Amino acid sequence: MSAIPPAGLRTQHSGLQKVFSPTDLLLNSEHSLCPGCGEPVALRTILELIHDLGVRDRTICVAGIGCYTAFPMIMDVDVMQALHGRAPSVATGVKRVRPDAFVFTMQGDGDMISEGLQEVIHSAARGEQFTAIVFNNAVFGETGGHMTAATVLGQHTKTSVGGRNRERHGNPIKISELIAQLDGTAYVARAAVHTPSAIKLTKQYLHDAFRSQLDSKGFSLVEILTMCPTDWFVTPDQGPAFLETKLIPTYPLGVIKS
Amino acid sequence: MSERVLMEGSAAMAEAAIRAGCRFYAGYPITPSTEILEYMSVRLPEVGGTCMNAESEIEAIGMVWGAAGCGVRAMTASTGQGISLMQESFAELANAQIPVVTINMCRGQGDYFQATRGGGHGDYRFILLAPASAQEAVELAQLAFYLAEKWRNPVMIMGDFLLSHTSEIVEFPPSTYPALPPKSWAITGAKGRRGITLSPLGPSEKLSTDLATTLARVIDKHAAIKVEEVRVDTGYLDDAELVVVAFGFPGRFVKYAARLARDKGMRVGYVRPITLWPFPSQVIADIADRVPAIAVFELNAGQMIEDVQLAVLGRAPVHAIGGISHDHSGFGVGPLLSVEYILKRIEDVYPRKAKVA
Repeated sequence: MSAIPPAGLRTQHSGLQKVFSPTDLLLNSEHSLCPGCGEPVALRTILELIHDLGVRDRTICVAGIGCYTAFPMIMDVDVMQALHGRAPSVATGVKRVRPDAFVFTMQGDGDMISEGLQEVIHSAARGEQFTAIVFNNAVFGETGGHMTAATVLGQHTKTSVGGRNRERHGNPIKISELIAQLDGTAYVARAAVHTPSAIKLTKQYLHDAFRSQLDSKGFSLVEILTMCPTDWFVTPDQGPAFLETKLIPTYPLGVIKS
Repeated sequence: MSERVLMEGSAAMAEAAIRAGCRFYAGYPITPSTEILEYMSVRLPEVGGTCMNAESEIEAIGMVWGAAGCGVRAMTASTGQGISLMQESFAELANAQIPVVTINMCRGQGDYFQATRGGGHGDYRFILLAPASAQEAVELAQLAFYLAEKWRNPVMIMGDFLLSHTSEIVEFPPSTYPALPPKSWAITGAKGRRGITLSPLGPSEKLSTDLATTLARVIDKHAAIKVEEVRVDTGYLDDAELVVVAFGFPGRFVKYAARLARDKGMRVGYVRPITLWPFPSQVIADIADRVPAIAVFELNAGQMIEDVQLAVLGRAPVHAIGGISHDHSGFGVGPLLSVEYILKRIEDVYPRKAKVA
């Protein structure tokens, strides 16, 4: 078995130019999530935009409960940790007492669409001036692969063995289309992080959502489809294709309301 | 000197909260706490505050969480049923050390266990204040915000239908509480500093995962609160042969019944815990050493009596002289809340040897 050369030696001999480094709002370059997970890419994109928009000093993130609950401790912005499903009401309280703050929530599909559906609907209808971000991987990731309200028909989970079945398990909820119907919403889009071009669009949609909050236009929501190879029971390299072929037919990408 | 005004207890508490600096309120209508929401929806905007008519109790406490986490004095109110829905947040607000104030206008006194033990998960405690009059409620509302921030622990004020709906003369004394340290824990946006996290799940410092130390710090406060914050109203204890323990509005009835009992030659004293947590256990323990009998009057099947028994530790008999007592609506005042009834029950349990003396 050959020894791996020390890091310094490798860069010295690489002759490669550094063209990318993570934003300094990411406090270390590590995360504790699984290989192939889509959430870290989404987080990096969010933090890059906070940096680019110059709103870091007045940013307040309200985090839900899921795998991404590991993120607050590595984000150099103020974070209020909410309970599972409750981020929209907590963010409402935050934004109402700090109207000059830039406020966004991070929830997963289990958090927002299963546990806390009422919260996001009422916040949207009230036109609360924050941006709700939902990482939708169509599965309870942190508990180890159980069906959420966003699990797609046919998707195998530990509680929909053999695939989600309409008669037995009901139908998935398309949160973006649901929220877009409400009068208080200014911007709704669905993005994904499974390809470089999709990540670029994710950044564009997030930018437009953030911009609409900064212009006080109303409630904004960006649904980001993220890979969860562990709980899709595929290998990390199969994650992007799974997202493309299994999720996107139910959850088409694009701007739904602007 | 502040003016004296005639106000319903609920409105008086809401006004006291505003004068104590409360600038955010979120609530869901439920009898008999609804008048607090009504009052706040009119008064808070007048002082630049925000009142949210939340879509559920769960969202109400979430909104209050967000506002209080930003360092703003924030409050919600409900009754036992709505308080049930808030329990998950209550437990974690204590762990996150967010100083919210909750007014719990119960239907009767059946929610003593819920309020003192908490219906949520984990090793948390609320400081629990039980006023017996609108004036005391005003003063405790002011105290509640002070204690919540002093200890960074949620505080609950527990009242009932009578307190909420009885109009009494009140005045609003200016606050005399000392200044508190700056709220360095509050979420403000990280201008000029490293970001912080306000969380029930761990420390505020980034890159730290030391949950055990954080939670230990939360629990360590409990012992200090028990030492420093016990408040109790007592009377006629020096020569008492029987001491009646009662809390809240019924405590006033017991106080009056004790006086009537003395007119009849029975040496009856009373203890009215103002803080239900921390419970005035030492006061009751001292009484148990020298008084032949103790009675508990509460309008439930026997809840506070367990705290009394824990303080007495078998050194004196403890008689339950209250009971479940509802009116036809289930909201209000039942037949047992009467001085005549309390007096009769006092006679029933008064120590025999004292009676012949």
